[in-house]
Amino acid sequence: MKQIHVDTIIEAVRNICQGANFDLGDDVQRALEESLQIEESSTGKMIIEQILENAEIASKQRVPMCQDTGVAVFFVELGQEAQVVGGDFAEAINEGVRQGYREGYLRKSMVNDPLFDRKNTQDNTPAIIHTRIVPGDRLKITVAPKGAGSENMSAIRMMKPADGLEGAKDFVVECVERSGGNPCPPVIVGVGIGGTFEKCAEIAKRALLRELGKHSADSRFASLERELKEKINDLGIGPMGLGGRVTALAVHIESFPCHIGSLPVAVNIQCHAARHKSVVL
Amino acid sequence: MSGTIRLRTPLKEEQLISLRAGDKVLLSGAIYTGRDAAHKRLLCLLEKGKDLPFDVKGQVIYYVGPSPAKPGTPIGSCGPTTSYRMDPYAPALMKIGLKGMIGKGPRGREVVEAMKRYKAVYFAAVGGVAALIARSVKSSRMVAYADLGTEAVRVLEVKDFGVIVANDVLGNDLYEEEIKKYRRKN
Repeated sequence: MKQIHVDTIIEAVRNICQGANFDLGDDVQRALEESLQIEESSTGKMIIEQILENAEIASKQRVPMCQDTGVAVFFVELGQEAQVVGGDFAEAINEGVRQGYREGYLRKSMVNDPLFDRKNTQDNTPAIIHTRIVPGDRLKITVAPKGAGSENMSAIRMMKPADGLEGAKDFVVECVERSGGNPCPPVIVGVGIGGTFEKCAEIAKRALLRELGKHSADSRFASLERELKEKINDLGIGPMGLGGRVTALAVHIESFPCHIGSLPVAVNIQCHAARHKSVVL
Repeated sequence: MSGTIRLRTPLKEEQLISLRAGDKVLLSGAIYTGRDAAHKRLLCLLEKGKDLPFDVKGQVIYYVGPSPAKPGTPIGSCGPTTSYRMDPYAPALMKIGLKGMIGKGPRGREVVEAMKRYKAVYFAAVGGVAALIARSVKSSRMVAYADLGTEAVRVLEVKDFGVIVANDVLGNDLYEEEIKKYRRKN
């Protein structure tokens, strides 16, 4: 059985935490450049140009593109023929976060408890870790730092099956409309449809990891993604909510089978600083 | 929208009266940082009738929690945070003389009304262009609540910080007005 030492994991996590926060993905930059051709508002254009300039500065100077370097959210795929040795796996992830955020001059944004003390943990831990056991002997770790501005605008609704396609569409558009300029548009809209309460929210977030420009492999969902993007961009919210044609760069939908009596729909909104980075060990 | 206006802090009422939602402003001078936790403490002091750690009269508060400064730089990345979270606190600060707020995203009705009543303005900065905005910050000094880390109150010396007037003293709201122009009815 292949062995992966926790020290290797710590180092890999440290590096991807920094890389994710310094380098905006090529797919996002491309989508922003394309959106400049569509945007009619001069303020909107100015904002998109600033976002692109900011990405260049952040990458060159190795500084975070956004001061909100987020909650460190991890998606892990652990091959069932690989074994983690030398220590505790979750602690290795947290240690990588600790080192990455400290050495990379990234902001520490976690408080120890949500209601009472709200004391900053000073090292951005604990991380949120979603793990899947998969075939093979590889360990794939993806970090997706998530800022509060867009996370706070996200929502889930347990709908009735009778609400159907129209109900789901209305809910997604309503979520983006209600968010207005708060989540730093242009946004990417991650939608989860189906599963259970928690599964639905998780797949909505996973949808944000998909490369921009790629649609769902299911043609019905792919056309729903196109339709929702058009409806969202008709809202007129525009870059930073100051009006314009470009509110969403993309809508990504992930679905899952669900109970005969359920239709959960979750919307996870992602700001233009759509950060994620992976490593395979 | 008109051309760019240069403003220096502290702000005077005369300067603010002619500003209109949509005006592009280059702001220079000292501005104070403060977000959720610091606002909560400031309001707690006000409720007890105590003095604040700095005089807000004529001042501007920037809703920001910067990332740590790398050695040799005055500040880390420092874009605006979402302003509505400071809505419960903002009117009380305007009442005692706060003249400007910088953040991102629309404000609630009560805050817009308070800006009319107390003659203050809300400036929108571009969210997420934090490395770019850091270039206009020349220095940073701790003022209060160092224990809050990124949420501490600091005074920043800024030069030509580019912002847009989102709400003026007449109650105009740029977010509302501009979105209407681009909305396509389904």
